[in-house]
Amino acid sequence: MADQLLDAKGLNCPLPILKTKKMLQTLEAGQVLEVLATDPGSVKDFAAFCRTTGNEIVEQSEGDGVFKFLIKKSA
Amino acid sequence: MTENIINPKSMSIIVTKGTLDWGYPPFILATTAAAMDVEVTMFFTFYGLGLLKKDLNLKVSTLGNPAMEMPMGGGHMQMPNLLGALPGMTDLTSSMMKDMIKKKGVASIEELREAAILSDVRIIACQMTMDLFEYKHEDMIDGVEYGGAASYMETALKSHINLYI
Repeated sequence: MADQLLDAKGLNCPLPILKTKKMLQTLEAGQVLEVLATDPGSVKDFAAFCRTTGNEIVEQSEGDGVFKFLIKKSA
Repeated sequence: MTENIINPKSMSIIVTKGTLDWGYPPFILATTAAAMDVEVTMFFTFYGLGLLKKDLNLKVSTLGNPAMEMPMGGGHMQMPNLLGALPGMTDLTSSMMKDMIKKKGVASIEELREAAILSDVRIIACQMTMDLFEYKHEDMIDGVEYGGAASYMETALKSHINLYI
């Protein structure tokens, strides 16, 4: 269960990442952000973003062209 | 002499071009890097300086750009180089490109620039170019530092990634 939802559907690179970063800043460590995106590049990009920033993708799925990421904010 | 300690998460970009197409890479990289906790400095010089003007009216031309093709009816239409020499053609290709940008959910340069400023990207405008092209500080957005090659070099020596676009 996510603490916050970010609907980034229809947005293209780099907007989903920029909005994710902004929203993560409003969360406490350990809280989870759910991101919905339609940009096919977001699969690789969210993985790279999380590896670099230390945040964790705890769940990831795809359906009807929508990619869903559950990102747990690191400390 | 102070020692240059390189921050592994730092980047500088020299921005030299101010057209609609060339304006994207520096701002996309700068904002994304900032979102990934990278300390970013952008140095705007020559035609890149135009990207810092309060009012942007960016254009893209087919002239000198033989790789340009526009998606059309499921295929791609090659844009003849010489088309750009005709009056009004640059405005036309520019507004076509801006329509595409909007439709595809791509950010505008104005939005990316705003995002860069909000994420503390350091922006340096080349004072020599300001003088050369007779720009005034009030023509430019707020939050810009004015400096020259030495200001850039000091930053570049401490940056892990240095790009020229």
